[in-house]
Amino acid sequence: MVLLEVTGLTKSFRGLKAVAGASFAIETGAIVALIGPNGAGKTTCFNLIAGALPPDAGTVVLDGRAITGFSADRACHAGIGRTFQVVKPFVQLSVLDNVTVGALHATRDVAAAQREAWRVLELLHLDHKAGQLAGTLTLPERKRLEVARALATQPKLLLLDEVMAGLRPTEIDEMVQVFRRLNRETGLTILLVEHVMRAVMALAHRIIVLHQGRIIAEGAPDQVVRDPAVLECYLGGAPA
Amino acid sequence: MSRSAPALPGRVRVGLILALALLLAAPWVAGPYLLSVLVLALYYAYVGQAWNVMMGFAGQLSLGHALYVGLGAYVSATLYLHAGIGPWAGAPIAALVSAGAGAVIGFLAFRFGIGGVYFALLTIAFAEFTRIGFEHIDWLGGAGGLFLPVVARGQLDIVDLRGGPRLFYYVLLALTAAALWLCSRLKHSRIGYYWLAIREDPDAARALGIDLFRYRVLAAAISAGMTSIGGTVIAFYYNSLTPADSFGSAKSIEIILGPLVGGLGTLAGPILGAFVLTGLGEALRALLDATGHQVPGATQLFYGLVLLLVIKYLPNGIWPGLARRLGLG
Amino acid sequence: MTAQRFLPLRDLDFEPMSWDVYANVIIGGLLTGLVYGLMALGLSVIFGVVRVVNFAHGEMMMVAMYLAVLGCGTWGVDPLWLMLPLAALMFVLGYALQSLLVHPFMTRPDHAQFMLLVAVGMILTNGALILFGPDARSIQVDYALDSFELGPLLIDKVRLYAAVAALAVAAALFGFFRLSATGKAIRACADNYRGALVVGLDVRRLFALTFGCGTACVGAAGAMLVLLGDVTPSVGPAYTLLAFVIVIVGGLGSMAGALVAGVLIGVSEALAGLILVPSMKSMVSFGLLILVLLFRPQGLLGRSA
Repeated sequence: MVLLEVTGLTKSFRGLKAVAGASFAIETGAIVALIGPNGAGKTTCFNLIAGALPPDAGTVVLDGRAITGFSADRACHAGIGRTFQVVKPFVQLSVLDNVTVGALHATRDVAAAQREAWRVLELLHLDHKAGQLAGTLTLPERKRLEVARALATQPKLLLLDEVMAGLRPTEIDEMVQVFRRLNRETGLTILLVEHVMRAVMALAHRIIVLHQGRIIAEGAPDQVVRDPAVLECYLGGAPA
Repeated sequence: MSRSAPALPGRVRVGLILALALLLAAPWVAGPYLLSVLVLALYYAYVGQAWNVMMGFAGQLSLGHALYVGLGAYVSATLYLHAGIGPWAGAPIAALVSAGAGAVIGFLAFRFGIGGVYFALLTIAFAEFTRIGFEHIDWLGGAGGLFLPVVARGQLDIVDLRGGPRLFYYVLLALTAAALWLCSRLKHSRIGYYWLAIREDPDAARALGIDLFRYRVLAAAISAGMTSIGGTVIAFYYNSLTPADSFGSAKSIEIILGPLVGGLGTLAGPILGAFVLTGLGEALRALLDATGHQVPGATQLFYGLVLLLVIKYLPNGIWPGLARRLGLG
Repeated sequence: MTAQRFLPLRDLDFEPMSWDVYANVIIGGLLTGLVYGLMALGLSVIFGVVRVVNFAHGEMMMVAMYLAVLGCGTWGVDPLWLMLPLAALMFVLGYALQSLLVHPFMTRPDHAQFMLLVAVGMILTNGALILFGPDARSIQVDYALDSFELGPLLIDKVRLYAAVAALAVAAALFGFFRLSATGKAIRACADNYRGALVVGLDVRRLFALTFGCGTACVGAAGAMLVLLGDVTPSVGPAYTLLAFVIVIVGGLGSMAGALVAGVLIGVSEALAGLILVPSMKSMVSFGLLILVLLFRPQGLLGRSA
């Protein structure tokens, strides 16, 4: 069953086409990775879906509902949860409070939201830090907090923006395990924009490759990494 | 730091009870001068808390809050003088008018994406515009302002708020306590969480489904409405109001000194700040009087210095350090 | 309740004022506006480059005006002679203020910065009140009531001299920023702070220099304004607001915009003083500020975003 359907997504910046007619679909319960060299348009694509940018053309349909051009908060109401590439914790609030803000999207009752926040923190192994100020966390912890906060909004689709960047191999593996478990246990659909191939290969059911704003390959991980077009755009050939 | 109400250590509890007893008994033991100082301190504690809702909670800097003090004063005074409507009914009406004004200003500003210093300037502009406007409206008294009939000594009319400092002391004490309660409830409610999120990181807040515009306007309206009640009370206390006194930019600055010195965004900060500043200010004035010199501007200069020092060395105000020392949170 | 007019318009029942009254008022406003423009130019430089919201701008001008009054009183010179020394003095003060007090606040949240300068403003205003008392001080030059006649038009000598001086100072500042190496470096900082750091510019010193330039403008403008009016401690906040109105209407980051807007405000206030009641003229400025903030926040000549 298709959860997210993106059709003909296009966005230009001052004449430069960042995303040129991208179309793809994501099934419920799948983990899909969006990869591509720098400047390929991954982040723009991500922001178009997440509601941070309005597209010039094309549609984004989530769970049968058009969310094209929705602002970030409306996109959240529709079921999108997202993290930021440069993490944005609420520094002066505690870890618990950070996630509670997210949980308050699904419920108005603060006590219920706090309980849900605890649950999510446990899932992400951050419960022991619940009382600490978010500003005191290490980078991997902040990344997990970011994910926890987005999860607490009970999204249908979780968008991860280069969440593995800056993490050490062991930390990457831990994050991969967390997402794997989430996907397995709750059926959470995940779209991740990622550079770190280690994580992509370990997590993704399907990979979409973007290059100069266009999709040049799509499929199972082992197929995609052997695809000559993909190899060419990553390793050389025509200048990007 | 958990945001549920902290369990207070024993000695703090005792201290609070003592303080409360003192506060309740004060009008009967304090002399008239001290009482007037306390009334002023409570007034600033109250309006400081009201302002804090917008700045400390929602992060919007308003430097024109005297607008709402003035609206509260003028609406209720006019209703009393021209329509015989007493302040107990006049205050809520004035509060609604002010909340409306706050919502309009908030709407205009946030709809057009104005924040930071531009928003602060916008609030100043609205306050000054209104001040000058009121100075030219003759049936509101023009620049000379309005006068409420002064009461005979010893007369106590609670319904019309005609009475001596003792009456106003208790009214302001009750208001400050009510504001404290309201702010505490707000802070621990969904609205409070959302306001803090907006203050901390608006983009992240939006991604969590928070409608920035709605909550900012709400903060502006609530803050404005609360402030205006203070304006009503102070007008009936002084029995006179002028546009300069009510809407003046100096007044707007006075409102924010308490919360800044005491601690932005905290519950106790505005109250602490108001008492500290008013107390020190009066002490300075008393000191100068004792030397025989009446130096106009000395207290304001002093406040300026205090503000400078606090901003430079205690940017979070006095309260957070004090709270840590007392073992709270 | 008497039937009072709400809007205190001048009684327009008798014949309308002839065009030359309007023309003279407009010219007067234009000339005064150039001096306001110089003051605002200082703020534009500070706000636009150093990104400091100088809420004490008007208060600093008040200080300059008092110094001008004192200087004229002590040495009996025309305030325009004091223009350069005052500018130099205020430059030093501004430089010191920025490097010692304001610089550490560059990384702090915005409101801390504003309140710091509000505090400085309060200290200056009340310091002046304590030192000089609340009464207005002014100076009288021999030519205070003289005017040049240009047909039916009367141009006040004081206004003309002040305006010419303002233009001269503004031109000097333009020249500095466009032509000198330091000026270009400062503009580079404004355009791209990080880039400037990378290239090795001593940003702290440049910011202090810029702030000093801004306050130097204020010093010069102060010398000119004492020709045009008197000074009390309370003019500080009023001039601060006026400076902000002009900078925002003219457009942040645009030096020409500050002058143009200064003239615009000068003329509209003068006309408002003529058509409405003089005490209402600031309302026009505030109304204009509100409109500009809402509908064209980049101002007339400013860059978008």
